[in-house]
Amino acid sequence: MAQGQKRGPGFYLLAAFFTLFVIFLYGPMLMIFILSFQGTTGGLTLPMRGVSVHWFGDLLTSTRYGDLGGGLTRSILLGLLALVLTTVISLFAGLAFRRRFVGAGPLFYLSIISLVVPGILLGLGISQMFQLLGLRLSWLTSGLVAHLTWTLPFGLLIMFAVLNRFDTSWEEAARDAGARAWATLRLVTIPILFPGLIAVALFGFTLSYDEMPRTLLTVGGKNTLPIEISNMTMTVTTPALYAIGTLTSALSFAVIAISFISIAVIQKRRERRAED
Amino acid sequence: MSGRSSGGGTRLVPYLQVAPLALFTIAFVGIPIMTLLALSFWQTDGISIYREFTLENYRELFTSGLTYRLFYTTIKFALITLVATTIIGFTCSYFLVFHVRSLKWQIALLLVCTIPFWTSNVIRMISWIPFLGREGLFNRAIMSMGLTSEPLDFLLYSQFSVVLTYIHLYTLFMIVPIFNSMAKINPNIIEAARDAGASGWQILTTIIIPLSRTGIALGAIFVVTLVMGDFFVARVMSGGQAASVVSAMKNQIDNLFYPQAAAMAILLIVVVALLVSAILRVVDIRSELAK
Repeated sequence: MAQGQKRGPGFYLLAAFFTLFVIFLYGPMLMIFILSFQGTTGGLTLPMRGVSVHWFGDLLTSTRYGDLGGGLTRSILLGLLALVLTTVISLFAGLAFRRRFVGAGPLFYLSIISLVVPGILLGLGISQMFQLLGLRLSWLTSGLVAHLTWTLPFGLLIMFAVLNRFDTSWEEAARDAGARAWATLRLVTIPILFPGLIAVALFGFTLSYDEMPRTLLTVGGKNTLPIEISNMTMTVTTPALYAIGTLTSALSFAVIAISFISIAVIQKRRERRAED
Repeated sequence: MSGRSSGGGTRLVPYLQVAPLALFTIAFVGIPIMTLLALSFWQTDGISIYREFTLENYRELFTSGLTYRLFYTTIKFALITLVATTIIGFTCSYFLVFHVRSLKWQIALLLVCTIPFWTSNVIRMISWIPFLGREGLFNRAIMSMGLTSEPLDFLLYSQFSVVLTYIHLYTLFMIVPIFNSMAKINPNIIEAARDAGASGWQILTTIIIPLSRTGIALGAIFVVTLVMGDFFVARVMSGGQAASVVSAMKNQIDNLFYPQAAAMAILLIVVVALLVSAILRVVDIRSELAK
């Protein structure tokens, strides 16, 4: 908006503030990435006593860090299930909310409650409900529904934002051309919404993968990765703690990168197709 | 919205489309909260739970001084975090929207702010430990500069480190909604105000802040509910000194005092609901979002 104007001192002050914030955001994380390559005799703080991958090896071979491999497997599986369910359920719910239906208001508010109720309380409620019904707690049942109480409202809100910019005349044109509801959805609505759906999927996976408060009381006997890691923070006093931090952050970054690259590739391919 | 409906059959469509979400939310959000409510009125002797009505759990809760201290500490943390994240979030969004000129850079810098949101909170929390500890980077730095001869103890395992971690974890929840509101402000309004002789400060207080209020309110709801529901940061980063409402509740759960924990949970839900509705009183988010 300030096109063509000279940049005043305000710009540089704000830019400095923003830079400080980014350092505040990433600085500590960068520090544990560095410290995870601590030498074999090094401790939890600087200085570095040599550089090694000792603590990564220790993490993989030692048994005193709990069930990290199992936790990782369960977290990835839960993340993938949450991804699929969140994307499908939010897509259809988002489409439904474009029209009036009885109960739309209360359902919207219940979804918001699902988002803002402190997670551990919802976890307590779900676990107590399962126990009153005589059902066993397990990461794949009570754990999964607890994750969905967190990912679904997010998915719904993102769908609202995505559908806000969606031009319904495309659907009407398809209908006028004789397409049935299913064909319209498959050939028109979903392809147009696709980048938004990838965003929902990304949120579904990462929110589930990092979820802890809702999981804590609903996970049953076998833990997810964030709970294993949080148990480690209480007991482990070696740089192995940072090594797991580096590994799990690297995985998160990889998922984010893959999502953004696939969005970019799809957009590119579309532009090319539009040019043809 | 579509304005066209072909026959009575399509009237059922939204119900079918929304059914999975509706059934899920009722079964796994509505009923669990009702379960907590019921549980909070049941009796226990510490071993088993009896399904008989009692007000004892609430009487115990309200007559204990600890309850008030816990809520005082937790609300204090929430308000300090709220003020800090609002100031930081507003300033960063203001910079991105009104000072960064190209859209590409705006989006890239916003992504830089949001990427940590997708990584582990536990890891981001513990990453402060090597920085703030007695032997940590900060203490080394100020000691080598000769600012202090003794390491500062209040930096880690204190209320300071708890609030600092909250700000670190939750500022993102402020930046994104405020950025969204600000990006919708029509630049012509600001141009017109400037032409009419408004100062930068007047533009900020009479145009930008009022038009960003939906974003601020949304962010405030996230920050307040996240801090009020936290127990892990309060437990680890205070070194076990500061207890939050939820960490006290977690202790009751670990000791199998479920009805007492449920009563505490219901009280917390009521307090959070009051705080959220106070925010909603100031800003009607739903009608603002529909605009």
